[in-house]
Amino acid sequence: MAVAELTKEPSRMAHPQEQHQPVKEAAEGVAAPSGTPTVIVDDLHIIYRVYGAASAAEKGNAANALIRLLRRQGRPQMKEVHAIKGISFVAHHGDAIGIVGRNGSGKSTLLRAIAGLLPPHSGSVYTDGQPSLLGVNAALMRELTGERNIVLGCYAMGMTPAQVKERYDEIVEFSGIGEFVQFPMSTYSSGMGARLRFAIASAKTHDVLLIDEALATGDRDFRRKSQERIQQMRGEAGTVFLVAHNLDVIEETCNRVIWLHKGQIKMDGDPATVLAAYNA
Amino acid sequence: MSQPESAVADSRAGDRAGGSSPNGKDSLSALAERHGLRRAIARPSLPVYLRQLWDRRHFVLTYATSRNVSRYSQAALGQLWQVLTPLLNAAVYYLMFGLILGQKDDLTNYTAFLITGVFVYSYTQRSITGGAKSISGNLSLIRALHFPRAALPLAYVIQEFQQLAISMGVLFGIVLLTHEPLTWAWLLIPFALILQTIFNLGASLLIARIGSFARDMNQLLPFILRTWLYTSGVFFSIHARMADQPAWARFLLEFNPPSVFIDLMRHLLMKSYSDDLVQKGFPHSSLPQLWLYAGFWAAVALIGGFWYFWRAEERYGRG
Repeated sequence: MAVAELTKEPSRMAHPQEQHQPVKEAAEGVAAPSGTPTVIVDDLHIIYRVYGAASAAEKGNAANALIRLLRRQGRPQMKEVHAIKGISFVAHHGDAIGIVGRNGSGKSTLLRAIAGLLPPHSGSVYTDGQPSLLGVNAALMRELTGERNIVLGCYAMGMTPAQVKERYDEIVEFSGIGEFVQFPMSTYSSGMGARLRFAIASAKTHDVLLIDEALATGDRDFRRKSQERIQQMRGEAGTVFLVAHNLDVIEETCNRVIWLHKGQIKMDGDPATVLAAYNA
Repeated sequence: MSQPESAVADSRAGDRAGGSSPNGKDSLSALAERHGLRRAIARPSLPVYLRQLWDRRHFVLTYATSRNVSRYSQAALGQLWQVLTPLLNAAVYYLMFGLILGQKDDLTNYTAFLITGVFVYSYTQRSITGGAKSISGNLSLIRALHFPRAALPLAYVIQEFQQLAISMGVLFGIVLLTHEPLTWAWLLIPFALILQTIFNLGASLLIARIGSFARDMNQLLPFILRTWLYTSGVFFSIHARMADQPAWARFLLEFNPPSVFIDLMRHLLMKSYSDDLVQKGFPHSSLPQLWLYAGFWAAVALIGGFWYFWRAEERYGRG
């Protein structure tokens, strides 16, 4: 079996990121001693199905819909979006990997695929333990108080009642929202909401943590606190992936940066080199 | 069985000895195998899945309660609406069918007959409507967190169950106010509700999978459910209407799951209903038969629905 897979190797190496091979090699030279692999992404392709997208030729009225149906043109409003086009890399214990790229370059999709939340179209993602996306906000309800949301969010991440009780005060303390915890989340400022969400999400120990734009909001004090928390998680032999448009955050937090462009890796290496090229 | 890749990874997980650093010549899948890494996506076996679901029971309960709390959080009367909504529903239906359309002939206690039917039917109806949206309406949650997806339809059914518990309190009041005696049969009401809840769960699991892949389901569902409402004997007595019809047609209507649960509840709650059927000589299923039907539907729906839902576990959230 291993032999059969080895023969696949040349085709992967023929991918466009080949021209950046020197950079990649240099980066792995730095990253390799830090530990065993935790996440391996192997020639990953992700294709989304999008409903309700209409091209210029189609108008969204009932008559056209009927005509399409009669001509048996299938489900015309369904479009496929090839969001990730063949990505391969290896992440190790203790890595904090920043992912940069323009809007729509596939950053969030890549994180979801690593978390095992989006099935690959082809290729595969191998992980050690269960990667978790710092995306607990999807489970929270704006109409409910901070208190209820903390409990709800912790349960949504799979914590037990004992763990929730144990961590509750720490979450309130870390979020720094004070007595606002008694108020509905809909009354929070965007910064307060972001702080509470990060506090809830980071209350659990994660083997592999995926953070999507969570640090963009919040004041400087909170940013410092959350960076400390991320460093601490790296220290606990975990791997952290971080998507951010704020390049300072990435430069301060990460030891490796992957630059995505149109669903492919354009560059992969140490933060200084990649960010310099990205800014250029 | 169903996840060959992770099975392979499992069997070789112990083989961590060869920990040489990746040097580009090695294939990535071989590297993953050597370090015992597993594929991120794999559907767990049914027993494992059930255990995962049990582990998430706190989430399911909290999620259901939270949804009920947030539903009325904008209203000035707040949680009082949990009681007011079923009361107003009962009042509207009584006005329509009791006073204006005058359906009272066949039955001694039409008010209790009608409101029992409405509450029992709407429990199933709302569970199914909720189930249909439980996956397609929570895509962001599904794309953000790991949990057995059956937790969502389950939470929606529990949410409706919490609502029903309040409705039942209202219903008991109405039944007693309309001079029905309090009988020993009332003790069996929880069992009837449990069977109905199991049926609702199975049905909502089934519809959750259909609704998540066939988007048009949500448009179609109200019509299906309304047709079902009219054929389930909520507003009229099936036994009285079908008295002159062939036995197979009567059986078809009586065997229909909502009519089974409605009929069962009416027998248990209202002594006058059972008496009416006997005195007026309408052919009807006996109480043991009704329990048998209810048990049958609960078992079929739960096993079928759960199995059907679980089969697509790893595909939810993609479309």
